[in-house]
Amino acid sequence: MLKYTEDHEWLKQDGDEIIVGITAYATEQLGDVVFIELPEVGREVDAGEEIVVIESVKAASDIVAPVAGTITAVNEALPDTPGAVNEDALGTWFFRIKPASMDLDGFMDEAAYNEMIG
Amino acid sequence: MAELRRTKLYDLHIAQGAKMVPFAGWEMPVQYPMGVMGEHLHTRTKAGLFDVSHMGQVILRGENVAKALETLVPADVVGLGQGRQRYGLFTNAAGGILDDLMIANKGDHLFLVVNAACVDQDIAHLRQLEAQGISVEPVAGRALVALQGPEAETVLSALVPGVEAMKFMDVAEFDWQGTTLWISRSGYTGEDGFEISIPEGVTEEFATALLAQDEVAPIGLGARDSLRLEAGMPLYGHDMDTETSPAAAALGWSIPKVRRLGGAREGGFPGADAILSELAAGAAKTRRGLRPEGRAPIREGVEIFAGTEGGEAVGKVCSGGFGPSVGGPIAMAILPLELAEGATVYAELRGKRLPVLLTPIPFHKPSYKR
Repeated sequence: MLKYTEDHEWLKQDGDEIIVGITAYATEQLGDVVFIELPEVGREVDAGEEIVVIESVKAASDIVAPVAGTITAVNEALPDTPGAVNEDALGTWFFRIKPASMDLDGFMDEAAYNEMIG
Repeated sequence: MAELRRTKLYDLHIAQGAKMVPFAGWEMPVQYPMGVMGEHLHTRTKAGLFDVSHMGQVILRGENVAKALETLVPADVVGLGQGRQRYGLFTNAAGGILDDLMIANKGDHLFLVVNAACVDQDIAHLRQLEAQGISVEPVAGRALVALQGPEAETVLSALVPGVEAMKFMDVAEFDWQGTTLWISRSGYTGEDGFEISIPEGVTEEFATALLAQDEVAPIGLGARDSLRLEAGMPLYGHDMDTETSPAAAALGWSIPKVRRLGGAREGGFPGADAILSELAAGAAKTRRGLRPEGRAPIREGVEIFAGTEGGEAVGKVCSGGFGPSVGGPIAMAILPLELAEGATVYAELRGKRLPVLLTPIPFHKPSYKR
């Protein structure tokens, strides 16, 4: 089951790792994505740390690490095809992170997220 | 904060699914469901309809009105033929730019179009001309739209026969269902197209008639900005302001020989000494085009350096973003002339210096009908 953050990320647990992407709502707000800069694999990050730069035709914004942990993989196809995020937000992952602790209870479920974005 | 004003096309924008944003005191469409990229490319291949009713429209009347306007604008207004339009600048005593504007000679009066954010200031400024017997009339009750793109002529002439005979920068009046349209063949996208001043009462009807044609899509401020950036056109408050001289803004071309040192009507406008001596000597810096080598857009405010490390910034990006027709990031910055075309400079982005090529403006070749 997907979990959601207030920063419009979706999280999907896969074994002892979490796969992270952004929601369709986020891509609608961003508009056409034209540039994505991903973190280095192996990087240790803190929760809330800005680790992805995402730019649309309109503006630059950041994606933060939802939890503390180590980046184990990034979607290497993404910087060459940034528009994929607009086409399929839920099907386009950004990075995998191995969290210091696998506790996703503090994140929203789909119903709570939908309520937040109204 | 004062309440935002709405144009006569507000309801139509909402009906078309526009996302509305505050802009210069108005509530304006920034994009429609097609998205900025799609709207941009649509305008380059077909025809885009822009609501530019927020811009100021002003009429000047009086004896020798052209001569009078030349005391505020360093353009050749006296030599502007009837039915023709020209670009000009309002300058200040220090040689900076107060606003840019379009000036049309409509025979018995001049018709000006000025920027939305500057309209009150511009009208106050123009009122100086009243001492010379000129009346300054802000146009009330008319909206303004722009139709831009290679199909603009076909689309508009279907509704308003005769516009196809107009050449770039021609202005004329046409009848449309009993109301008078003021049309110029000009725009702000680098495409062929028209700007149309319409009585407010029929604006929605006229816009709907344009949108009913397959080639036409509504276009928001987002694509307006990327289109003008690709066309290398400056935007007031970004690429020029009171601190920027016409030469630095690369707008010296708008000051013709007749108004320059040694010309028949030399000077006589605010800041003439500073502006003309800089133009005569050659400016030390001017607005240049930038093409980042990577994919990362460099936006307004990003500092430009001559080398990969150390040194003072040589300039700052005044407009930058992604060029959908160019297929990559593009930007403009006011930079020293000594940096050669084709040279690599460096944009400091998120603590890293990224290589950027100095390239000619425009990034996208205009297709005006001359």
